[in-house]
Formats: sequence, structure tokens, C-alpha cells
Amino acid sequence: MSDAEREDLRRHGILLTSLEELYNWGRSNSIWPLQFGLACCAIEMIAAATARFDIARFGAEIFRPSPRQADLMIVSGTVTKKMAPLVVRLWNQMPEPKYCIAMGACAISGGPFKQGYNVLKGIDRFIPVDIYIPGCPPRPEALLHGLTQLQEKIKAERLAGPDTARHLRPENPGEFPIPDYGAHDLQPPNNPALFSPPSLPRKP
Amino acid sequence: MGPQHPSTHGVFRMIVTLDGERIVKLKPVFGYLHRNHEKIAESTSYLASMPYTDRLDYLCSMTNNWAYALAVEKLGGLTVPDRAQYLRVIMAELTRLVNHSCLVGFLFNDLGTSFTPLLYAFREREKILDLFEALSGSRMMCNYQRFGGCRVDPSPEWLAAAKALVDNFPRFLDEYETMLTGNEIMLARTQGVGRLSAADAINAGITGPILRASGVDYDLRKVDGTGFYPRFDFRVPLGAHGDTYDRYMMRILEMRESVKILQQAFRDLPAGPIMDPKAKLRGFRPKAGEAYGRLEGPKGELGFYLVSDGSPNPYRYRVRPPSLINLTLLEDMCLGHTIADSVVILGSIDIVLGEVDR
Ligand code: SF4
Repeated sequence: MSDAEREDLRRHGILLTSLEELYNWGRSNSIWPLQFGLACCAIEMIAAATARFDIARFGAEIFRPSPRQADLMIVSGTVTKKMAPLVVRLWNQMPEPKYCIAMGACAISGGPFKQGYNVLKGIDRFIPVDIYIPGCPPRPEALLHGLTQLQEKIKAERLAGPDTARHLRPENPGEFPIPDYGAHDLQPPNNPALFSPPSLPRKP
Repeated sequence: MGPQHPSTHGVFRMIVTLDGERIVKLKPVFGYLHRNHEKIAESTSYLASMPYTDRLDYLCSMTNNWAYALAVEKLGGLTVPDRAQYLRVIMAELTRLVNHSCLVGFLFNDLGTSFTPLLYAFREREKILDLFEALSGSRMMCNYQRFGGCRVDPSPEWLAAAKALVDNFPRFLDEYETMLTGNEIMLARTQGVGRLSAADAINAGITGPILRASGVDYDLRKVDGTGFYPRFDFRVPLGAHGDTYDRYMMRILEMRESVKILQQAFRDLPAGPIMDPKAKLRGFRPKAGEAYGRLEGPKGELGFYLVSDGSPNPYRYRVRPPSLINLTLLEDMCLGHTIADSVVILGSIDIVLGEVDR
């Protein structure tokens, strides 16, 4: 059936939809983020939840204090090497399907503190990130935009077929190895399944 | 408890030993947000450290800028023009309004209200941030002060808008207080909780509203005469019991005083330049020496200690963070109280982890 025909039916009060569409529509409009902030960006995350920006318009206002009840992790702020294993543990404790937004330069790459020996240069070294929001800090509107992008992503996920969503394929892990505090750095310094440092080709 | 806990105000961890529900031992664990601020500043130029100071205490970037600028000005022998001094006072007091109203909101979150006081606080914060944004281009990380003055001169429209906001602010405070101050649960949960004696507070080096809640009359704006504060007529509110309730009241009263200071500042703001013509931002190389610049920030004494060896970047750079030092007596304040009280006591101390761990 073409979209025009469907629209016509809809005007007559007949709603034709697939289970997949209904399921994704429900999921994408009731995202529950994990209530945890790491640094400056967290303040803007809180601001996004308050009156002016009102994240409730997108159905994502229920910030949960426990990872067991959340399906979106907003990594808002600087992840230090002391904190990184705990972030990964929180991620592991979240039930599938789960999504991750890296909010701000620090969560993406270490940001202004990249030179620091103690700062992780991007949380995507340990957990898979769905949406990156640049900025230092990103404005609350940027977070809302990131959220709507995530909703689009969720709506496009397939329940069956060759491009089934990540969380529905049994071979994909829902838990990721938690790094240890090594002698000098986190051990391993990144999850090789997710991230490998770029190798610079050198001319002889 | 922590480092991921809704009421530890960020990545702060406390190891609490309990007897039933009473706290018998409490050990804070820091370092989850250690970002090498001081080391990075030692390897960059004086100007390039300015944006990092914004990210120290991310609710009060204006006062952080000012305290750092004070230290550099001492080191480089710069004098700040009158207009810039007034602008700095205006920015600092607006920052105090932001900080204190947010703190009160967070404190009530810790008490278990679901969000409402914080919503009101953030409503006011947004209005002030609009002003900051119009002036500096950024909401939170204002990066507005420079050594030798300020970066841009506000337009008459900006000043009019700011003045209108400040004139309206007491109405918000009245509304806020009607909602919160007499609240029975609030009184039951905070009065007599987390007592801190004046002697203990002085011995531990605690500063700011927490020290004054214990009844010690020490405010750098009066004692040190930073900036043009001696020209303003204001009162330093004092508490009597040093408990959580007094610490809450201190914030409300200080906001009322800030409004007075701001009104005087708008009235008396002189015309003139906003930068010392001697000030050189790029390639700034102060003579060898050392300087300590300090300021009454919203959380207490914020100081920057710089040692110069004549090169373009500081040889040693050190922050005296009020949040960290105010936290040192957390255990003493919490002993004997329940674990739920420890959350409120921590909330009343007003910590920002960016500053605690640096
Ligand atoms: S990206 Fe910027 S604002 Fe966000 S946590 Fe890092 S330093 Fe702070």
C-alpha cells in the first residue's frame, strides 16, 4: 500500500500499522535516561529537564536513579580513568535495548582536558555510543536535538530480517569488559572490539 | 555511597559505616573528576588558562575568572579601570544569585521534594544566563574577565535588562521563601542537623556561607576589600547555630544582600575604559615572582596562587578551592545522624566536584 493510500485510510479513522512500527513508536517516545552526571555538562543536562527546555515534551523526563530502570545513558561530562570502569559497570547493569549519548567534548574525546594523564579520551573506547553531541558544554537544545536523532534511530530499527537491530541479534554482547586500574593506565586501554587507535602510516 | 548516586552532587563517594541507621564513621573519597587543571595550566600561557578556570566550578565561571585575573594582575602589576571594577562586581553578584538559588533547589531535592524548588531556581538561572550569553556568547562558560579588565563593554540595553532582572529578583525570593522557609518537613529535617561549631569551622579553614552560618563574621568582601566592595553598602548575614537550617537561611539572606549590591552598582556604574592599556593578553610575560589572588566566591574563599619564572606560562599554579576545604569536616558534621541526614548535610555544604578534584 502506498503512503497516500495509508494517509487516506487514516483520515477515515483506520490505522494500519505493523507491530514493528508500533513497538518502535512506543519505545522511542518513552526513553528513560539514567540520572547520572559527571561534570559541567551534567548541569546543562539538568537544565534540559527544567521548565524552559522541558525534555518531558519528548517523553524522556523520567531520569532514573538506578541503571536497572533506564534505557539511555547520557555520558555528560569528563570521564576520568578512575571513573571509567564505573561507567562501564553502570552500562552493563542497564537492560537491553539500551542506548548511549556522548554529551560534550569531554565524553567524546577528552575535550579541553585531553592532555590530562587521568582523562579518558572518549567513552567510545569502552562502550558503544549511538549519538555524539559536540560542544563544551552543548546547549540544552543540542541535547534535545541529540535525543530526537536517537528517536529517529530507534524508529528505524528492524525487528527481523538481515538488518535486525543490534540488541536482537544473539551474537552481540550486551555487557562489555570492565577495565582494571593497571600500573600506568587502564587495562586494557580500550575495548579492541569497539575501538582501535588510528595507526599513522609513516613514509620511510 | 556514590560515585554514581543521585544525591552526592556529582562523582563523589562516601564510605559510610553505620550502626543501625546512625553514622559512626564516614570517609570521603575524592578524585573521580581529577582533570589535571593545575598541570595543564602550567604548560599553557596565562591567557589560555582562563577558559579552564570556567570549568573549575561550573556554576560560577565569572567569579573563577575574576579570582584568577586578580592573581595575574598582582603578578603583572596591572591596574583595573573603574568601570571594569564595577562590571566585575555586577558579574560576581549575578553569579552568586545563580549559585545560591541553584544550591537551594538542589538542597530540597536532597530533602526529597521531587524537583519543584529546582524548577523555580533554574527558571531564574536561565534569565541570568541569558544576560551572560548576550554579553559573552556562552551560557555557562562565560570566560568574560581578562587580566587588566573585562572583555566586552555591555550595551545600555544590556544594562537596562540586567537592572530590570535584579529589581524583580526579590519577588522571586519572596515566592521561594513562602514555599520553602516555613515548611514543616524542612524545619524538622534541618534544624539541629549537622551542627558545626565556630571554633571547628575556623580551625578547619572553612570559609564562605558555611563559616558565617556558624556565626563567624568573616567575609572577604569586607575583610579584604577586593575590587570595589568597600564602596558598597551591604550587610554580612550571620547564623547562630551552625546547623543545616542556618546554612540554608544564609544563602537566602546573601541573595537579598547581593540584590542591594547590584542595585548600587547599576546606579553608580561610571563611564570609561574597561581594560588597562598596559595589559597584554597574548605573549604576556610577567616578571619572576609570586602572587596570590583571592576572592569571596559564592562558596567561600577562592584563591589562585601563581609563581612566575618570567616565561609565558606559570611555573607553579595552584587553586585554593573552597568546596574541597569545606568538605573536610563532613564526617564531624554527620556523626550520630542518620544516613538520610548525611545527604542533606552534604547538600548544604555546596560542593562542585570540578573544583574539589580539579
Ligand atoms: S565538554 Fe566542556 S562543559 Fe562538558 S564536561 Fe567537558 S569541560 Fe565540562
